[in-house]
Parts: sequence; structure tokens; C-alpha cells
Amino acid sequence: MSSKPIATSRSATGVPTGRLAVWWVLASEVVIFGGLLASYVIHRMGHPEWHAAAAVTNTWIGAFNTFVLLSSSFTAVLAHQAAEHGDGKGAARYLMFTILGALIFVCVKAFEWTTEISHGYTITSNGFWQFYYTAAGLHALHVIAGAIIMGFVARDAAKGRELHRVELIGIYWHFVDVVWIFLFPLLYIAK
Amino acid sequence: MATTTVDAHAHDSHAHEGPKGILGYFWSTDHKVIAQLYLWTGMFMALIGGLMAYVFRMQLAFPGKPVPGFGVVSPVEYNALVTNHGTIMIFWVAMPVLIAAFGNFLIPLMIGADDMVFPRINRLSYQVFLLSAIVILASLVVEGGGFGGAWTAYPPLSANPAYNLTPLGATLWVVAVALEFVAFLLGGINFIVTLMNARAPGMKAYDIPMVCWMIVIASILFMLSVGPLIAGAVMLLFDQTLGTGFFNPAVGGDPILWQHLFWFFGHPEVYVVLLPAIGVTVDIVATFSRRKLFGYRLLLYTAVGIGVLSFFVWAHHQFIAGIDPRMANIFTVTTLLISIPVIEMFFVVFATMYGGSIRLTVPMLWALSFLAEFMIGGMTGIYLGSSGSDIYLHDTYFVLAHFHYTFFPIAIIGGFAAFTYWFPKMYGKMLDERLGKIHFWGTIISFNFIFIPLFILGGLGQHRRIYNFQNFPELAPYQPLRVVATTALVVMLLFQLVFFWNLIKSFRRGVPAPKNPWESNTLEWTADSPPPHGNWPPDQMPVVYRGPYEYGHPGRESDFWPQNVPPAREA
Repeated sequence: MSSKPIATSRSATGVPTGRLAVWWVLASEVVIFGGLLASYVIHRMGHPEWHAAAAVTNTWIGAFNTFVLLSSSFTAVLAHQAAEHGDGKGAARYLMFTILGALIFVCVKAFEWTTEISHGYTITSNGFWQFYYTAAGLHALHVIAGAIIMGFVARDAAKGRELHRVELIGIYWHFVDVVWIFLFPLLYIAK
Repeated sequence: MATTTVDAHAHDSHAHEGPKGILGYFWSTDHKVIAQLYLWTGMFMALIGGLMAYVFRMQLAFPGKPVPGFGVVSPVEYNALVTNHGTIMIFWVAMPVLIAAFGNFLIPLMIGADDMVFPRINRLSYQVFLLSAIVILASLVVEGGGFGGAWTAYPPLSANPAYNLTPLGATLWVVAVALEFVAFLLGGINFIVTLMNARAPGMKAYDIPMVCWMIVIASILFMLSVGPLIAGAVMLLFDQTLGTGFFNPAVGGDPILWQHLFWFFGHPEVYVVLLPAIGVTVDIVATFSRRKLFGYRLLLYTAVGIGVLSFFVWAHHQFIAGIDPRMANIFTVTTLLISIPVIEMFFVVFATMYGGSIRLTVPMLWALSFLAEFMIGGMTGIYLGSSGSDIYLHDTYFVLAHFHYTFFPIAIIGGFAAFTYWFPKMYGKMLDERLGKIHFWGTIISFNFIFIPLFILGGLGQHRRIYNFQNFPELAPYQPLRVVATTALVVMLLFQLVFFWNLIKSFRRGVPAPKNPWESNTLEWTADSPPPHGNWPPDQMPVVYRGPYEYGHPGRESDFWPQNVPPAREA
């Protein structure tokens, strides 16, 4: 469908409609993760004995994944810059690097979880592990969904279409990054 | 950007996208079609919710006797009926009708746009909503029956199948509610962005009709309050299906956590549905009082103030849940505070009517009765918001009657007000005023006969969610009051037949509606009735010159001044 209503092309605020919508999506995401993490923090403070479980998590794997995700955000910025200059092919190439980062992140996560589950730390083990798997799992879902959408955006961008979407998916990707910046210290560093 | 270039040639192809056939109807991206889908789905669910009330009220009035059309109600069925009546009426009636249906229909028309900014996301929103409605209905007939742990779904009753005995029903209930949230997040973002960006040239922030503002403020409130409950729904789902213990103290969880997550959403939710009803009332009262709205900005800021305050009142639902009494004091204060902006809104409406030439049409009657009935709900809330008196009244029929005196005016009266007011625009036919008045008085009078007895019963200490009060010697003698309430409910349901007759009559041989039957100012009345796809011809999109409430202007011949009439032509 190529036709868009007149409404979509209007911009009474001066902010493009797509960007405005993405910010509102992120606002709703912030409260979802905010509610989950606030529940976790309150419980964590009320249960000092969860420290023992938290000590099991592998900080180095978490740090590596943090590095991967931050790097993928960097390539998302480069993709946006390329799209701004009208270089759709360049934007698509940088987005592919970001998708690669997402893949590495998810694979490392899968390896990490498999190890932990095989050692008997499952989602029902105790209070810490249920928050650990739920929060990181919800975040991983966002990584996977973002990577899939990014694939579509990159496909269009390579053909020089809908270049403004490169920026929109980039904003979303930074958000996924920021959520992880909160999860990493809360789940890995705080022993 | 690509969007600026499609502008010139978009309309030709866009104009051919009207619904074709039943499937085309369900696949349409037209905001008016989606609005009607939401409206009729909501009305269908209201019918189901109303019939559920009929069954369990009959059980309470005539315990153990077979209910005509249903049979003998078992305690398990009673619990499932009560639970799903509440769930359906709030999530599948109040929200889709007031916010989704009228938001979809009115926002683009009132701001002079041809559609929502994201028509396909709009369609997706309805489709997810329809799926959620199917899931909640399916949950009623699965093995073990529908969920019976009350619409608030407190754990451990909701979390553990060993307690609620409805392993499938409880899980489907959570899934349905979560899907419904997704639908309204999609729709809400669309509403917000459409109002922010797609307004007609010349329409400034204070030229937006109040009902659009209210629906958008409600959408923002919903978005900012529902997140923690979405997280909570995931936790509850895991507790039910994976055996985690987020809400199970035996493994370090906390059942009170759910109450906080639920009511952090649940109380703003009251204002999420109240604000659109106020918006509808304000628009109708200004039109039929032929007076400029008193204090447009005051009303707008008050609505924002209510929105902010509504995030700090949730624990008044938990006064007896073992929360710290000092915290209960704080929440008592915030709860009583929020009554100030609410009554401020009402005074704005009264001041608008003062000195006006009031036309008592059917929509005006509904709007006025909204004010009167909601006032009873608001006043009784003061007793419940005070933690001291709430200890006695908590979970009695007083609470039940109180929130029915808020939600019924909001969802049903507000819904009928909006429906009768905008029906001519939606369908191009006028409704019968005489039948409308019969329906109005029949509904309003019987409504009060249902719930005033329940206030009395609550004051006498009658607890909610009891299957048969004959088992309680101290409550058994008040049976006549229960029979009065049930009889009034049956009368009210029967009066809805008048409404359906009115609809059928109007569709078959109703008087064709002119463009502007109520002589109103807002932009939707400048489009054809019903508006075609795209609302206005692309080269005649309206331009706005003034606010929406310029009635009874001194020195003008007609007593209304539409938003789109250029000042030069008048001079």
C-alpha cells in the first residue's frame, strides 16, 4: 500500500509523526520495565539471602554482552548518519552489523542460560532466578523483535526507500541498550 | 522524507479503499469503520456482561431456584459470572466504547483530518482487541469453567490452580487481559500522535474540542499506568503455568506486590474512562446550552491535574491489606484531594449551563444524568477514601454500589450520551426522540432502584462475593431489598429493547440527518452524514479559525459560529 492519508503527512508539532510515535512507544516500554525492575529491587532489598544466588551469575559474560550491545548501538548511529546523507546502501550495511550484534548477544545468552539451567538454576529455583530469567528474557525478546524489524528496515533502505525508518529503529535500539545498562548491574554486578 | 511526497497523489488511491463486503469491512483501515467495529463489539460484550449480571442477581434474589434461561447457578458458576461480569464491563465495554470507538470516530473528524496517522496500526489494534474478546469468551466454556477469582485477580487465589480450580480459565483470563492492553496501547499511541500532529491548519492547542483532549489524556494515563501491570501479568502467568513464586511468600514472593501492581493501574483506569465521559458531557452540554464553555483552559489543566494525582491514590484499595497505617494516612489525603479537581470539572459544566437556553434533547438528558448519577458515586467515595470508615465498609455492597455509581454513569450513560449525540453523523439518520426519552427514563430510574438498595445492604454489613446470603442469619432478613435490586435490573435490561427498537426503526425509516442537526460548531458537523471515506474532498479539507465553543456570540445573527467559517465572510 503506497497511499497514506493526508493526516500522516501533517506535522503540527514540527516533529515527524513516526519519530513522535516511537518516543511514545518507548514511554510505554519504560513503565513496563520500570514496574518489573522496581518489583525486583524492592524484593532484592527485602531478601538479603538472594545474594548467594546472584553470586552465581557470570559477570564476565554479562560484561561481554554489554560490550556487544553498545557496539551494535554505535553501528546503528552510523546507519542513521548514512541515511541522513541519503546513502541507503551504507545504512543497510551498518544495520546488518547491528543485527549481527543482536545475534551474538542472543547466542551468548543462550549459551549462558544453558549452562546455568544445566547446573540446576532454573526459573523456579528461587526468587532471584525468577526475576533473573523474566527480566532478561523480556529484554531478549525486545532484542529479537528489534533485530527482525531492523531486517525489514535494512531491506527497504538498501533500495533507497523509507530511509527515515533507519532513525526510528535506531531510537528503539538505543532504548533496548539502555534497558540492558540497567539490567547488567542489577542482575550481574550486585552480588 | 517520503511522507511529504505522497501528499499530492495519495488521495486518488486512498479514495478507493472503502470497505467492500463483510471481509472488507473487517479489513478496512478507515477510522470510521474501525470505530464502528469497536462500538458494536463493545455493545455485544455489554449485552453479555448485562446477562451475566441478570443470572447472578437472580441467584441472590432467589437463591437455589433455577434462573430462567440459565438453570440453577452453582457456586463455581456464580464466582465465574461475577468475575467475568466485572472484567468484561471494564475492559471490553467501557474502554472499547468510550475510548476506542468514539476516539476513532471523533478524533480525525474533529481535528479535520482524513484518517488516523497510522491506519494500519489502527486496524491491528482492533484485530488484537477482537482476539482478546474471543479469548475471554472462550475462557468461560473451557474445562473447569471461567476464572472465578474476582476481576482484581488477587493471588494466591489467581496464581494457584489448586486454589481457584480453574487452571485453564485463569490462564486464559490473564492472556485475554494482556492482549486487550496491547490493543489499547497500539490504539492509544495512534490517538496521541494523531492529535499532536494531524490537526487541521489553524487549529491550535486550545481550539481542540474537549472530548478529543480528554480521550488523548486518558490514553496517556493508560499508557503510563498499565506498564507495571503488564509486567505483573507476565509474573502471574509464570506463577500459574511455570510454577514460579512471584506472589508466593513460601519462596520469597509477595501477594501484596500484585495488589500494588494491579491498583497502580486500576485506579488511574477509573480516570482513563472518566475523562472521555466528561469530555462527551462537556461537548453535549455546551451545544445544547448554546453557551460558550466556561473555563476551557481550567478544564484542560484540571484534567491533567487529575491525571497526575491519580497516580498517587492507588493504595486506598488496600487499607485492610496490612499496609502501614502511616501510609494509609497519606493515601487518605491524596484520595480526598482528588475529589477537588473532579468536582471542579462538574462546576465548569454547571457554569456553562448557567444562563444558557437549554435544549432538553435525548443526548442532553443523558449528559445531565451523567452529572447527577456520578455525583452520588463521587460523594460516597469520600467515605471509602477515608481509611477509618473504609475499615468497616471495605468489600461490602457499599463499595459495590459506590463503584457502580461511577462506572455505570461513565460507561453506560456516557456511552449512550455520545451514541445518541453522534448517531446522526455516524449513520446519516436521526433517532426517534420519543423512544429515546422512554429508553432514557426507564434506564435511569431502574438503575437507581438497583443500587440504592445495595448501598443500604452494604451499610448493614453485607459482604461482596457471597453466593447465598440465606446462610448468614444476620443478613437473611434483608431479602426484600435484594429482590428489589434484582427486579430493577430485569426492568432495566428490558428497557434496552426500546433502544434496539429505536435503532432498527431509525435504520429502516429514520429521518435522514442533515450535516449539522444540533447546530454545533465542531468540524465533524461540516462533513457529510455519514462522512465518506477521507471525510472531506481532498481539496476541501477544513481550516480552523476559532475555538470549538463559540455559541451565543453577541452581534451575530445565528447563535453558533462553526470553527471552519472564515471571519472575512462574516464581516
